Amino acid sequence: MTWLIAAYAVVVVAVVGYGASLRPKRRALAEEIEQLKRPR
Amino acid sequence: MARRKIAIFVDALLVVTMAVAMAMVFFYAPIESEMGIVQKIFYVHVPLAWNAFLGFAMVFFFSFRYLATRDHKWDARAQSAAEVGVLFTTLVLITGPIWAKPVWGIWWTWDARLTLTLVLWLIYMGYLMLRRYVESPERRAVLAAVVGVTGFIDVPLVYFAIRWWRTQHPQPVIAGGEGSGLDPRMSATLWVCVAAFTLLFFALYGRRLEIEALRAQAEALRDDADAAQAQGARS
Repeated sequence: MTWLIAAYAVVVVAVVGYGASLRPKRRALAEEIEQLKRPR
Repeated sequence: MARRKIAIFVDALLVVTMAVAMAMVFFYAPIESEMGIVQKIFYVHVPLAWNAFLGFAMVFFFSFRYLATRDHKWDARAQSAAEVGVLFTTLVLITGPIWAKPVWGIWWTWDARLTLTLVLWLIYMGYLMLRRYVESPERRAVLAAVVGVTGFIDVPLVYFAIRWWRTQHPQPVIAGGEGSGLDPRMSATLWVCVAAFTLLFFALYGRRLEIEALRAQAEALRDDADAAQAQGARS
């Protein structure tokens, strides 16, 4: 049972971690686009 | 707006399918008689591997399209598919040894299937590293596309390794010919897991591709701003 839980836990942590790592990149780019769109 | 709605739909479908898949793994699929409960790693290991293959097939197709058209949207698609494909292959290479240790008594052996899977991971890690180290966008896209097309040759080798050579890795249970096959409840569980992981693949791919679209948009706006500034300085 320990091996099974370990395998599933690795998958969950990796997928959630990868998904979460994309968020700040997306937010930073969206903010940059907003800034560039603002009239100077 | 339509793209946003599709993303929400895929996410909702993913949550439902994954919940059903996990319920089937733990409450419906029978416990395998020889390996015991640890065999249930199969239901994540195999879908992860098949979707990694799907990702690399997409890299192959998009890279080919990029070389034919030199349109950067194909390069962005190839990059996104490669990244999720590498994530899935990494998980195949982790869940495999976790399954192997209690069943074979060893974490790893250099048989054809395992070695070629490691080579596959190295090829696409190389692809992603190449993208980081080449500065010129044009050159980077061309070199990456060449690796994306040629690197795909390892995918059929990985798939057929257990058919062509005698390996420590189990022989195929799906489409493996005479004597192969799965209990119908195991088979149903596997296919639901494959559907869930395919949706997971596309959910992650969509998010990764969105970043590339935003990056392209930011770059275009930056170029416009630079051009306007240069014109202002001239006049």
